[in-house]
Amino acid sequence: MTDTPLLELDKLSTHFVTARGTRVVKAVDEVSLSLRAGETLGVVGESGSGKTTLALSIMRLLPTAARIVGGGLRFAGEDLLAKSPSEMRHIRGKRIAMILQDPMASLNPLFTVGDQVAEPVRVHEHTGRRSARDRARSLLKAVKIPAPEQRLREYPHQMSGGMRQRIVGAIAMSCEPRVLIADEPTTSLDVTIQAQYLKLLRDLQREHGLALIFITHNLGIVARMCDSVAVMYAGRVIEAGPVRTIFNAPVHPYTQALIESIPRLGGGPSRLTAIDGQPPDLASLPPGCSFQPRCPRAFDRCREEAPGAITITPGHDARCWLAVK
Amino acid sequence: MSASTTAAPSAPSRAVGLPLASRLAAFRTEGFPTIPIVILLVLVFTAVFAEFIAPHNPEVGSLSQRFKPPAWVAGGSSAYLLGTDHIGRDVLSRLIFGARVSMIVGFTAVIFAGVLGTALGILSGYFGGWVDQVIMRITDTWLALPALTFAIFLAAIVGPSEWNIVIILGAVYWTRYARVIRGEVLSIKERDFVRLAIVAGCSKMTIMRRHVLPNVLNSAIVLATLMLGVVIVTEAALSFLGVGVPPPKPAWGLMLADGKKGLMAGYWWLTVFPGVCIVLMVLSANLLGDWLRVKLDPQLRQL
Repeated sequence: MTDTPLLELDKLSTHFVTARGTRVVKAVDEVSLSLRAGETLGVVGESGSGKTTLALSIMRLLPTAARIVGGGLRFAGEDLLAKSPSEMRHIRGKRIAMILQDPMASLNPLFTVGDQVAEPVRVHEHTGRRSARDRARSLLKAVKIPAPEQRLREYPHQMSGGMRQRIVGAIAMSCEPRVLIADEPTTSLDVTIQAQYLKLLRDLQREHGLALIFITHNLGIVARMCDSVAVMYAGRVIEAGPVRTIFNAPVHPYTQALIESIPRLGGGPSRLTAIDGQPPDLASLPPGCSFQPRCPRAFDRCREEAPGAITITPGHDARCWLAVK
Repeated sequence: MSASTTAAPSAPSRAVGLPLASRLAAFRTEGFPTIPIVILLVLVFTAVFAEFIAPHNPEVGSLSQRFKPPAWVAGGSSAYLLGTDHIGRDVLSRLIFGARVSMIVGFTAVIFAGVLGTALGILSGYFGGWVDQVIMRITDTWLALPALTFAIFLAAIVGPSEWNIVIILGAVYWTRYARVIRGEVLSIKERDFVRLAIVAGCSKMTIMRRHVLPNVLNSAIVLATLMLGVVIVTEAALSFLGVGVPPPKPAWGLMLADGKKGLMAGYWWLTVFPGVCIVLMVLSANLLGDWLRVKLDPQLRQL
């Protein structure tokens, strides 16, 4: 059971096409990932590198301009790309749940917290009001909200940001999903609350054997939370592997630069290295490797030919010609 | 509302030291609208119990008693407190029965237009695409037609009766709601709680019913209170033109129209009293609506 991946992306590509079809933006390009139950995958990358589009592709909730143009997407042995919209609706929220970025805006201001936590349960399991309410209470307890009985009857504006984020977490967990996608769930929280929240997510994951996809641009969180990492750049996963390997022996110059740009305590006064230049325009990628114009170690082959995924050690691969040099 | 741990700020202290305008605003939104509610309750009461309150039959007058001024004016009689009209009918009794007509026509027409317009506005805003195009182009066409002329046209087709007026007013004014509600929906459907509902696997119907509708309801209610005035005035205009509530029935608008003839001759009570009634009702409804708007919003309600 644990050997077969729960969620498997095979060269999944999602492109945005402009109305006239003149510009194609490869937001997600040939991304292959796999995730087992109980595992945490970190997806890192700068803004616009395709992280959120990747998450939405998995949920099959893309905006109308975007389309999955190729590749495979399998969940628990089923082909998600072959599902009808109504079949997908039964999977969303029940078996694959998602936590959105902004806890302040994720809750409907007009309903009590209890109603909202109970909503997925009522939608998916058609349970009555009372048993849904009991479920909501135990969910609030599970996300460590003090005085859950009283909080159930309160409105979102009466709670702090951290509490609201935990409630959003409770909503995501309400139908006991197998996969949870968290899209930068902590960016709007302060550091102490962030730490509490991450611990909570880890506890929930351990309890329920969840597969967790953690989308973030905070490498510190990745180091602490994740088993494996996928680094995205310009719509592609340019390096993926176990956390330890990626942090200790990154192969791709982009990954190296990312790790070097983290400020370190006790390292003495030294300048942080920054990556020169800007991420490329996804509609007109440079020839060859998309990182090549900014890469300090680029050579001729990088400018001519885009590298495929090159396996360095089993489970660790990189799209970089340096790996074969 | 519930026992929250947040300290309650004392409401009056907030208004101290502010410029007059915001102090007035604070007074307006914080106070319970006692006077408007009393006025509306009195109107509802008179509408319901018109038979028992009215001193005379509103539709039958005696020509010997025509154009009597109100009781406190020289020549007035205490039998006709607010005077009589051109065929000797008691103005007060007609006002009392007129409250019933105005209430029924005003409220049902506003509700009819509101339900229709809100539903179409939500569908239009949430689905977008061709649904939106069709509904909004119809709305554009509707809004391009002068409301009163359009209403007269419809009235000429279906004929004058109390219920036809309701249908006509609803059919004319639903577009106002559809426009406003669609705009609201466009912003609400991009909010994260709607996204969360999508991610949680709710169907479109569920999302529209549970997440979109409650969030546009406030606007619909505020709009309804504004529309109440428009609808009552339109009803009056239609009655005046003879395509509204059929004549023997005492509608305020009809009284206003009848009284117009006597205005130059100094029979001011024929127009002033129905006019005051219309103003009071519309103003009360607006003030109540404003208060409701604040009351219905949990974020503004606070504690």
